[in-house]
Amino acid sequence: MDEPLLIMEVDRISKEFGGVRALDSVSFSVYERQILALIGPNGAGKTTLLNIVAGTLPAGNGQVRFRGKRLNGRPTHDRVRMGIARTFQQAHIFDKMTVLENVMVGCHLRGQCGLLHAALRLPALRREEEDVYLDAMRFLNLVGLGTKADQQAGSLPFGQQRLLAMSRALASNPTVLLLDEPAAGLNRMEKNDLAELVRRIQQMGVTIVLVEHDMELVMRLADWVVVLNHGQRLAQGTPEQVRRDPAVVAAYLGTERD
Amino acid sequence: MPDYGLSDYLQFVLSGLSTGSIYVLIALGLIAIYNVTGVVNLAQGEFVMLGAMFAVTLVGLHIPIGFAFIGSVLGVVLVGMLIQRLTIHPARHAPEVSLIIITIGTAIALRGLALLFWGTTPRSLPEFSPGPPLNVMGAILSRQRIWIMGTAGVVLLLLYLFFEFTLLGKAVRACSINRRASELLGINPELMSLLSYALGAGLGAIGGIVIAPLTLVDYNMGLVLGLKGFVAAIMGGLVNMPAAVIGGLALGVLESFTSGFLSSGIKDAVAFLTLFIILLARTTSIKTTLQEKRAQRQARPKGR
Amino acid sequence: MSIRSVSKSWTRSNLIGLLVFIAFIGTLPLWVRTPYALSNMVLIGIYSLVTIGLCLLMGYAGQISLGQAAFFGLGAYGSGILTVHFGWSPWIALLIAAVITAVIAYFIGIPMFRLRSHYLAMGTLAFGAIVTIVMNEWKVYTGGPTGLPGIPRFTLGAIPIKSDIAYYYLAWGTVIIGLIIALNLVRSRFGRALRAIHDSEPAAQSLGVDVDRYKLITLVISSIYASVAGSLYAHYIIFISPNAFDFSVSVRLVLMVAVGGLASIWGAPFGTAVVILLTMALREIVPLLTRYGSGEHQIIAYGLLLVVIMIFMPDGLTVALVRAWRRLLNSETLRRRLSAYRRRP
Repeated sequence: MDEPLLIMEVDRISKEFGGVRALDSVSFSVYERQILALIGPNGAGKTTLLNIVAGTLPAGNGQVRFRGKRLNGRPTHDRVRMGIARTFQQAHIFDKMTVLENVMVGCHLRGQCGLLHAALRLPALRREEEDVYLDAMRFLNLVGLGTKADQQAGSLPFGQQRLLAMSRALASNPTVLLLDEPAAGLNRMEKNDLAELVRRIQQMGVTIVLVEHDMELVMRLADWVVVLNHGQRLAQGTPEQVRRDPAVVAAYLGTERD
Repeated sequence: MPDYGLSDYLQFVLSGLSTGSIYVLIALGLIAIYNVTGVVNLAQGEFVMLGAMFAVTLVGLHIPIGFAFIGSVLGVVLVGMLIQRLTIHPARHAPEVSLIIITIGTAIALRGLALLFWGTTPRSLPEFSPGPPLNVMGAILSRQRIWIMGTAGVVLLLLYLFFEFTLLGKAVRACSINRRASELLGINPELMSLLSYALGAGLGAIGGIVIAPLTLVDYNMGLVLGLKGFVAAIMGGLVNMPAAVIGGLALGVLESFTSGFLSSGIKDAVAFLTLFIILLARTTSIKTTLQEKRAQRQARPKGR
Repeated sequence: MSIRSVSKSWTRSNLIGLLVFIAFIGTLPLWVRTPYALSNMVLIGIYSLVTIGLCLLMGYAGQISLGQAAFFGLGAYGSGILTVHFGWSPWIALLIAAVITAVIAYFIGIPMFRLRSHYLAMGTLAFGAIVTIVMNEWKVYTGGPTGLPGIPRFTLGAIPIKSDIAYYYLAWGTVIIGLIIALNLVRSRFGRALRAIHDSEPAAQSLGVDVDRYKLITLVISSIYASVAGSLYAHYIIFISPNAFDFSVSVRLVLMVAVGGLASIWGAPFGTAVVILLTMALREIVPLLTRYGSGEHQIIAYGLLLVVIMIFMPDGLTVALVRAWRRLLNSETLRRRLSAYRRRP
């Protein structure tokens, strides 16, 4: 039986915003090919943590380690190069570009050709563009948006914009994919499709860290659940363990429902 | 380097403080508008210019200075509200780049209209209280400078009272802190935007009227003044009024000393260089503040 | 977009557009006869070079520059000083001036791109103002406010490029090269990254685009365009003074890009032409309307134009015109007339 590989470690991360303690010494480990769900009531600090791991926000205290290497201080684009990709709650797709172009941006880091190649449109660049085109179409087809390749991204319905965002993030060939509330605002059918997609991504070999509110989805998908409350790690375990944990139940019942 | 005595230093400081008071007034107008609408009014200097121009015209019609002051301020306030309605409101969803260009276009249009109405010849306004300059502990200070500092002081006090103790002022403050929430409390954000422009225009006009007797009043005077007011405003990050007060006064004093020790031609460069240095120094802190604000918004529970 | 379109050297529409453009520009001097009009065409060409670069910066990278005239001036004074005071060849001076401008742009850009739009706007404004002050105060080399006279001409071998016609082709030849390069850049990974940055910086960042670096590169590229244009300008006018490179010029450049369409490379020379021709027209008309001289009144028109365009035609005049044209072609009455015409035996 293979030992699961430790791929990412969140080590005593703390973060303060002018007096507000958003995160207080949060730690957990992420193993390769795992789907880890980060849950907790509103304001628990989940998105802040995601932002710190992604590099959008600097950590106050503590470290994040990826394959043993410290991530502190590295800008986001560096982390993407290392293999960490993320999506946003509001998708943030490039609405004035086409659907395909959105994914082509995801392939950005694969490009070797520099400005000179671009300016003079040398053959090497043209060949690279072809490769990028094919790759991007592949990722689009993966999420089922292949037919909409030439549509303007801004005209897509919200659920499909989310899919586009995921396709785009996948195009950067990540080892770890951070998903920020991917199910928010989706209907039941769309959530089923999402769950299937996430499973497929996991089968492709990608580790997934998922911030989510939808408990059903979490229970269905997650291999491991970490619960945050008021910036602290309240509990962690398998979905079953966490569901039965009285502290977790109390935390959820004691706050406003979504 | 010329040999200066203590009274000369005092003169530099005092005259710098009075010039700085003008920058403060302009900066406060910028901040009032930015806080509520999120728009950086690059036409702020033109409100200053219009204030001075209106006052000159009214005085030219033999209206006593007191009424001319009030009339001019009201006139510019009207213009400010018109501008908000006509140029900012229709473009309120446009990207930042567009809005900035719009304010620039407005500034240019105002400058052109001033040129059309008042021509190229510079005007002047008589001092509020004519008389020889005063001697303050050896420093020679023209009476108008006292007027400037006094007016600025009174305006600051009134602003403080307005924001702290009046319902309207608190509504404006609420709107600048959290637009959505104040909307839910019954505050009309569109009205607040309009009022913020009225306030900004009024503050600019006051600045223009009090400085008019000391400078050449022409259609071009707003550009540099507006820029210097902006420098003062960004010392408060465009949101912090007390910091802008300190910044504006400091800029005025710095300019005064530069004029005394180097040359008055370099004086304007001081403001630009200061702007540069501040921007350089603030790059990291602006970035972190923006990140923190964004994260705070995301971390805060929805709908509250 | 098909895979073939991606791998081709040129898209069909771009190639046709380019050939038509070259034909138009190439034959223009045949039917523009007055020296006044021709020299204005030369100036349109020179300024178009600046606006193409500025379009990349503002329209694609989404960064405001209120000081682009400073780079234009650095190129002009760079060429001017190197040729007048040091006797260098104008071609070499053009190259060196461009390098110096690029270096300055690089160092200015490093701190500035972490700032938000309005800070950047003011920062570039301040930069422009500082450059103007230096032009005025560094009298030893720049000649101060009275300007720098006696700039030599470009030479091809021993022949100086002096006549308007010769300069016309030199300027527009450069514009066409600049246009091709800009179009190529936009159609590459670089251009996509820029458009991504424009649409959503955090998203671009999250896909590995080094946003700060790309903004900086675009600034440097735009400064090179401006500098080369400045050098062309200096050797054309052969006498330069600081007020050709001040804030009002920067504003006019922004206007030209806005009119042409912020995100349209083709729009840049178009917008430039519109603004310059408008200025010419205003200079003729305004003295007929008011007592005052025409000089400064154009600025009202500029201001109003900027505001109106940004509110109603934020994609610029070119796109608005194209849309209106399409709407005209699609209109019911036109279709009815055409179908009636077709039904005739």
